[in-house]
Formats: sequence, C-alpha cells, structure tokens
Amino acid sequence: MDTLFFVFGIPLAGSVILAFTGHRDFARNINVAFSLGTFIAACILTAEVISLGPIFAGNRAFFIDPLNVFLVTLTAFVGLTTAIFSRPYMQIERDHGKMTPPRLRLYHSMYQLFSFTMLLALTTNNMGILWVAMEAATLTTVLLVSVYRSAASLEAASKYFILCGVGIAQALFGTVLLYMAAEKVVGPEGGALLWTNLAAVKGQLDPTIITLAFAFLFIGYGTKVGLVPLHNWLPDAHAEGPTPVSAVLSGLLLNVALYAILRCKVLTDGALASALTGHLMMGFGLLSVVVAAFFISRQKDVKRMFAYSSIEHMGLITFAFGMGGPIATFAGLLHMTVHSLIKSAIFFAVGHAAQKAGTQIMEDIRGLIKVNPMVGWGLILGSLAILGMPPFGVFASEFLILTTAMREQPWATPLLLLALGVAFASMLNRILPMVFGETTVKPLAHPPAVIPVFVHLGLGLMLGLYIPPYLDAWYRQAARMIGG
Amino acid sequence: MSALVPQLINLFAAVLLLLAFAMISQRRILSLIHLFTMQGAALATATALVGYATHQPHLYLSAGLTVALKVFLIPWLLHRVIDRLNVRWDVETLINIPTTMLIGILLVIFAFYLALPISQLSSSIARGTLGIALACMLMSFMMMITRSKAVPQVIGFLSMENGLFFAATAATYGMPMVVELGIALDVLVGILILGVFMFQIRERFDSLDIRHLERLKED
Repeated sequence: MDTLFFVFGIPLAGSVILAFTGHRDFARNINVAFSLGTFIAACILTAEVISLGPIFAGNRAFFIDPLNVFLVTLTAFVGLTTAIFSRPYMQIERDHGKMTPPRLRLYHSMYQLFSFTMLLALTTNNMGILWVAMEAATLTTVLLVSVYRSAASLEAASKYFILCGVGIAQALFGTVLLYMAAEKVVGPEGGALLWTNLAAVKGQLDPTIITLAFAFLFIGYGTKVGLVPLHNWLPDAHAEGPTPVSAVLSGLLLNVALYAILRCKVLTDGALASALTGHLMMGFGLLSVVVAAFFISRQKDVKRMFAYSSIEHMGLITFAFGMGGPIATFAGLLHMTVHSLIKSAIFFAVGHAAQKAGTQIMEDIRGLIKVNPMVGWGLILGSLAILGMPPFGVFASEFLILTTAMREQPWATPLLLLALGVAFASMLNRILPMVFGETTVKPLAHPPAVIPVFVHLGLGLMLGLYIPPYLDAWYRQAARMIGG
Repeated sequence: MSALVPQLINLFAAVLLLLAFAMISQRRILSLIHLFTMQGAALATATALVGYATHQPHLYLSAGLTVALKVFLIPWLLHRVIDRLNVRWDVETLINIPTTMLIGILLVIFAFYLALPISQLSSSIARGTLGIALACMLMSFMMMITRSKAVPQVIGFLSMENGLFFAATAATYGMPMVVELGIALDVLVGILILGVFMFQIRERFDSLDIRHLERLKED
C-alpha cells in the first residue's frame, strides 16, 4: 500500500532536508512538521490495517500486521511529541552554548533518520533488512549521543558503538543461521529471509540450527534491549546524550529491539517442541529486573537513574513475554506502550529540570515545584506512574504480570515484588526532595514544553482506567500472533 | 578441476584462520592493518571460489564488494587515521601474547565443536569451513576484549565482520544481495563514525589537558 511508503518516506526526506537546513532557526519547526507528517501517515496506515487486515507492500518486502502496526503508531507518536519537546529544549541548549549550528544540523537530520530506521525495522518483512535497520539505528543514535562532544559524551558514544556493534554482530550470525535453516525448506529463490515465508514453514525448520540461531539472535538484539548483563552501554548513552535522545532511546529503540526478539521467538517456538525461548526470556528478564532495581538505589545522576528504570521495565516486559499465554502477552504489550509513554514523559520533565538546575546530579536539584511548577508536577506524577501507582497504566500491566506470575511461575514472584519494592523506595526517596522543599533552580529562558509531558501522562492514565475496545482487540490479536 | 576448487576453498579458509592467529599475536598497529588487508583479500578469494564452484554469480559481486571495502577503502582510511593520530605502536595487551594464543586454540576447538552439528546439516560445498568462520569471529571478539587501544579494537570489530561474512558464504552461499549491500553500508558508515570519534576524543582530551594547565597557573 502506498501509505506505507509515506510512513518512512517522510522521515527520510526530512533527514535529507534537515541535513541542509538543520542549523536554521526554523529547523525545529520543520522537524516537528515532518514528525507530524509521519504520525498522520502512521494513523492512516493503522486505519487501513484495522479495516483491511494485514498488508503486504513492495513485492512482499514489507509487511504490516497487528503486532507491528501498533508499534508503528506508537513510534510515530512518541517521535512527534519528542520533536515538540525538543523545540524549546534545544533553544535553551543553544542559548547555553551547548548546541552550535553544525551540531543542531547534525541533531535534526539524525533525529529524522533515526525515525526512519525505527520505522523501517518495524515494517520490513525481511529479517536481514531488520538487522540492517537496527544497526543503522545504532549508528544514528551513536551520533546523537555524541552530539555535545564533551569527553563524557564521546566516551559514552564509543562505548555504545562498540558494545552494540559486537552485540548486533551476534544477531547477524543468528540471521545467517536462520537463513540457512530456511533455505533448506523454502529454497534459495523463495525469499528465505522473509518473515512471512518463514512463519509459514516454521514447523519444518531444523530444530538444531534454529536453537543456535535463536541464542545468537537473542544475545544480539538483547544487547540493544539492554538486558542484564549486556546493559552496560545503556545508562551512559542515556545520561550523556541530549534529553530528547534519552527519551527516544528509552521510549522507542528498546521497544523495537524487543520487537525483533519477538519476531524471532515466534519462529523459534514454531520450530521447537521445548520452551527454550520462554526460559531464556524469563531468566534474562528476571535478572534485569532485579539487578536494575538495586542499581537504581545507587545512582546520583537523574538520567542514569531513569535509564536503569528502563532496564528494569524492559526486563519485566521480557519476563512477561517469556511466560507467554494470552494474559501475560497482553500485559507485556500494554506495558510496552505505557512504559514508552510514561518514560518519555519523565525524560521530558527531567530534561527541563536539569536545565533549570544546571546539573543532572540529583542532590543539587531541589524545589522544582517553585519555578515553572508544571515541570515539577510532571516529574513527580511521571515517577509515581512509572513506579506502578494506580490508577496509571503501569499499575494495570504490572498487576496482570504479577498475578500471572503467581499462577504460573510462583518462584519468580517474590523476586519481582522485592525488586519493584526496592525501586519504589529508592526512586521516590530521590524524587520527592527534588520536587518539593527549598528551591535551588532558576527559571527557564524559554517556556518549557509541558504539553507533551501531560499528554503522555494523560494517555498513560487512560490506559490504566479504560482501554478502548478497538485497542483491546488489537492487543489481543497481537498477543495471539506472538503465541499467547 | 572439480576436486581442486573445494581444496582451494579449504586452503583459503585455513589462511583466514592463520591470519586471525597472526592478528591476535600482533602488537604493531601498522602490521595489524596489513594483516587485516590480507584477511580481506583471502576472504574475497574464498568467496569468489565458492561462487565459481557453485555458479552463483552474486557471490562474485559480494567478493568484489569485499575487495573494494576491506582491501582498499577501509585499510586506506585506517592508514590515514593512524598517520594523523601518530599512533603506530601498541604495546598494551591486557593478557600476554602466549596466553592469548593458547586461548585462541581453545576458541578454535570450541568453534569446531559448535559448528559440527550445523555443518553436517548444510548442503554447501564449503560447509567444512564453517568452524573456521566461527573461530575467526570468536578470536576477533577476544582481540577486542584484550586490546585497550581504540584502533586495534576497531580492527578486531572489522575482522569479526570478516568472519561473519565468511560464515554466511560457507553456510548459505551468501545472504541475499540487498541484505549484503545493507551490511556493507552499515560497516562503512560505522567505520567513518569511529574514525571521526578517534579524532574528537584525541582533540577533547588534549584540550582538557590544556585547560587543566591553565587552571593550575591561575592558582
């Protein structure tokens, strides 16, 4: 369908145009306009998929089904709100002298190119192109993380590059093995890397090769999801890059990497009789939740703390998908959505808070509620939401995951509860004094972008109270596809 | 003739493995780049031979791509980088060379053990060399871990990519062309970015030093 080509044609065109005009004053608005165009195209695409069912495009090279269309919409939406947030944010950064015109040009162009790679990874039907798009997403975000050119940001970016480069090389080997297994069944001419072809013959794929392939794919894409012990790049990349980049890293990139794992999981589950994928995902997921929760309590930098919180939540989602079954998978998808919305809202608030205080060290940020109170409210409400307080959506999905875990994997429940409790206590302990009390912060030179924060929080709240029927049907369909 | 080609493929695979060993035992950056260039040439030759033996024309293209990127373009870029940064020597390895070689041997055994069940299932002419490809990957991986300097790490990364490409050729006669082109593009852009980073890191840490000195003067 033609709409699909608009979905990733718009950001691609945007990155080219912004590569020339990104340093101008109006570039911020162009960035928002292109993101808005992408979002509208994604909405139209969603409507088409809802009314017509799964769509193929470009000679079966692209494939849209309920699982990826929901992520396409989410990606385009968070891409849009982050672009809106980055308007005043980058203005303030420019006034502080942290962003020069060449850096702004690089930032805007790479922002759009990053959206393009995300959307390409989501919509492609070819497991090889999925790999290429994930690697390209790494490259664009490496440039985005290093954009301040400070010693710390360069170190974070090169660490990110090397670790994810090595990780994703494992995924390439996994893809080669997958191709090898598929070629025997589909034949070399039949498009043996197309996911739909693979899914059609998944029962005939050779179990030995597929087991090994999944192990490599899981390690490879798991590095990008930030699963412990492959998470080392994530806190650095989140803390040292500009805050809009932290928001899209947490809100989008981690989701897309997890999506890649889910696609591989569906194929592997079809080929194997054992529950290998489930055990692997539960193990790594649980380890991530527990380790990240304890790391949260030791952080001093606010962005690092929320980066560890992202690891914790990605671990929880991985655990939910690992358990499988309709309820846990549904909860996993819901958690992906609300985590993405709330965590990016938090990063928006944190970004402005750090600008107000002139530091990211939590002990030096005090009394946010005094000046530009909406930033303070956004931070405290977002933190409560991400910690799983009702009535936000995170509560609903965590409740579903925990109750399913009690029934199916009772051994894991105490660990999960302990980790969630530790995260709750230590994070709230840090956030409360930042928001209330005597103030140390200065007003911002430009009005902060509080609308994206509260739109995200509002959506997160809505998903906790009421899931619209079409969204519910959509999640159920996607959950069935993943093997719920 | 038909018996000769598979033997030649095996020969070049063995050369790849030898070069991987040479790389983990090499401390000089300049020699490392030469070894990497040779590895690229061996990889291209092996790919072209598999293409010749199996009448897969797209493997010639893949071999051509390897020659262009890994024998000419990337080594040239690396030479430029080390010229500008003036880092020709690298004496630092975290583990000493003989130990590294011993670990390398263990890795080869492990790689063959891992590759055995897969290569039995493969119908490819070069299936016996899958273990070598995996061994090259693992050894480059180890090189990245044991070298503390940036340039050898990058070469390790690239040589891992060589191992991966050889694995793809050995197991499946190469990936579909569009994927291979995408991978080549990613690798090239990645190397360019890393090259730029090396300059920036250098520049940044130098300038930090200068500021540090100025501050001391003020006191």
